[in-house]
Amino acid sequence: MTTSETTAIIKYRGVADTYLKTALRRMKRDKAALAGILIIGMLLIAALFAPWLTTYDPVRQNYDELLLPPSPAHPLGTDQYGRDLLTRILYGCRYAIIIGVGVVGIQFLVGVTLGLIAGFYGGLLEMLIMRITDVMLSIPSVVLGVTIAGFLGGGIQNVIIAVAAIGWRAYTRLVRAEVLRLKQETFVESARAIGCGELRIIMRHILPYTLGPIIAYSSLAVAIAILWAAALSFLGLGAQPPTPEWGAMLADGREYMMEAWWIATFPGIAIMITVLGFNFFGDALRNALDPKMERVWR
Amino acid sequence: MGKHLLRRLILLVPVLFIVSLLISSLIYFSPGDPVRVMLGLRANEEAVANIRAELGLDRPYYIRYLNWLKNTVQGNLGRSLQRNEPVLDLILEHLPATLELTVFAVVVAVLFAIPAGVISATRANTWIDNLISLGSLFWISMPGFWVAMIAVLLLSLHFGLLPISGRGGPVWTVEGLRYLLLPGLILGIRQVAIISRLVRAGMLETLGEDYIQTARSKGLAESIVVYRHALRNAMIPTVTIFGLQIPEMLSLSVIIETVFAWPGMGRMLVDAVLKRDYTLVQGTVLLYALIVVIVNLVVDLLYAYIDPRIRRQ
Repeated sequence: MTTSETTAIIKYRGVADTYLKTALRRMKRDKAALAGILIIGMLLIAALFAPWLTTYDPVRQNYDELLLPPSPAHPLGTDQYGRDLLTRILYGCRYAIIIGVGVVGIQFLVGVTLGLIAGFYGGLLEMLIMRITDVMLSIPSVVLGVTIAGFLGGGIQNVIIAVAAIGWRAYTRLVRAEVLRLKQETFVESARAIGCGELRIIMRHILPYTLGPIIAYSSLAVAIAILWAAALSFLGLGAQPPTPEWGAMLADGREYMMEAWWIATFPGIAIMITVLGFNFFGDALRNALDPKMERVWR
Repeated sequence: MGKHLLRRLILLVPVLFIVSLLISSLIYFSPGDPVRVMLGLRANEEAVANIRAELGLDRPYYIRYLNWLKNTVQGNLGRSLQRNEPVLDLILEHLPATLELTVFAVVVAVLFAIPAGVISATRANTWIDNLISLGSLFWISMPGFWVAMIAVLLLSLHFGLLPISGRGGPVWTVEGLRYLLLPGLILGIRQVAIISRLVRAGMLETLGEDYIQTARSKGLAESIVVYRHALRNAMIPTVTIFGLQIPEMLSLSVIIETVFAWPGMGRMLVDAVLKRDYTLVQGTVLLYALIVVIVNLVVDLLYAYIDPRIRRQ
């Protein structure tokens, strides 16, 4: 390797370094980012410490306290089986996190791998992968989700699979575009010139530089995943009662809307706040990484 | 143009073929059995086996798929396993309701999103832009089905203004419109949040162009500059956005239909999936995919119509 190439690499690493630092500094100034971190933090605390934050049981039925309106003893009221709604919402945070992490984890693995392969190797493999993502786009997402979740049968793990199947292609497209750009960079060329293996080039020289946009997208993907999972549970294809999952709770509360507005209201607010938190955070992260980017969701 | 259209239409065939292959493999490799749903849990084994044989469910996967393919190419989507009616009839019966809901929602989205986007762009970074921006973020963070539930709770149950659910008749009757209003508005306004942001981005870009400055310096009224000069060019990317959002609305209509007991394809699909009605699911998903690819094709053609640069290529 010539000296100029070495300095080029070092320079690039240096640029990447200050790039992350600037991004972090921009994040600190952003109020939306702060709100997002606060909400996500609260979600994590509620999920971890749910048993200590409340004295009620999220599942056990109590026929002495059916459909009680909000009161000091039950701040958000009780449901049709006499269970404390606040308790169920707190335990529900666990499912939100499991779903968010599970879905994004699968999407990340599948989507990023396919994107790397498509972008790096090109040719027939790329054509095949991109064709399949195109075909997947022609099935409306809810139709795909409903069909997969429905045929696999209810339950959290099948919802995770179904929701992951809806969204992975976004990762593939994102990563492929990044790889195509990075492939032109001199440091990738130099790595090739000194005889690095393909796997090494992909893992060490390309993947790390695609991570910024991917991580920013992942926060938005968690938000989307939580919304989709709630919708599938609401349709009866997801978490089954008595699981305190927010979407399932809303489906449950639907029949009692007239007598007990709180059952149909508070789980929805919990979903909204959580999704809002991840949206705030993801938006802020994206703006920080690339301030020129407009705030446009999806 | 005609040749181009023909080529595009032929290209749709492999897409639909792969969709059908994906769905049929999903159905085949999933647990559950439509015959057991039909006969109940305590059915005797012999009866189950007999019906399976009668419906051809005991045959290997590829034979079943090839059979289905052969019939579908001839326009025969088979009979629904649970309802004992031709799948095509069931789809044609439920399609109008879904199209009505989705088209209404698209119109709502256009009517609200374009002004909202234009206002945001012309008053970029003022309080009104920030308000629209924050409002949109809140709005897309709410689950659509929950918004629908709350709307029903307030408007229908509490104030009794609109019907709770169902379909009142064709859209051109007063009764039909009354029933359509709530599901249609909720489905449409949801997408306004997303589309108006993209319209805003397109407008901001166009407003920065030199020819806008020229128009302004000629002394044209600002409203003419914005709506005649800028919006027209900003519409080009917007058409693509609508192309992407229409399938999205079609997709979300499945959920809205379920909430409002709207007798469309989405509700039928959810029901068919729960009952393991293989043929009905396969036919319905295929039709959804067909609608999406046709919408995409139309949007592409429209794009060429709006942007003469593409037409010439």
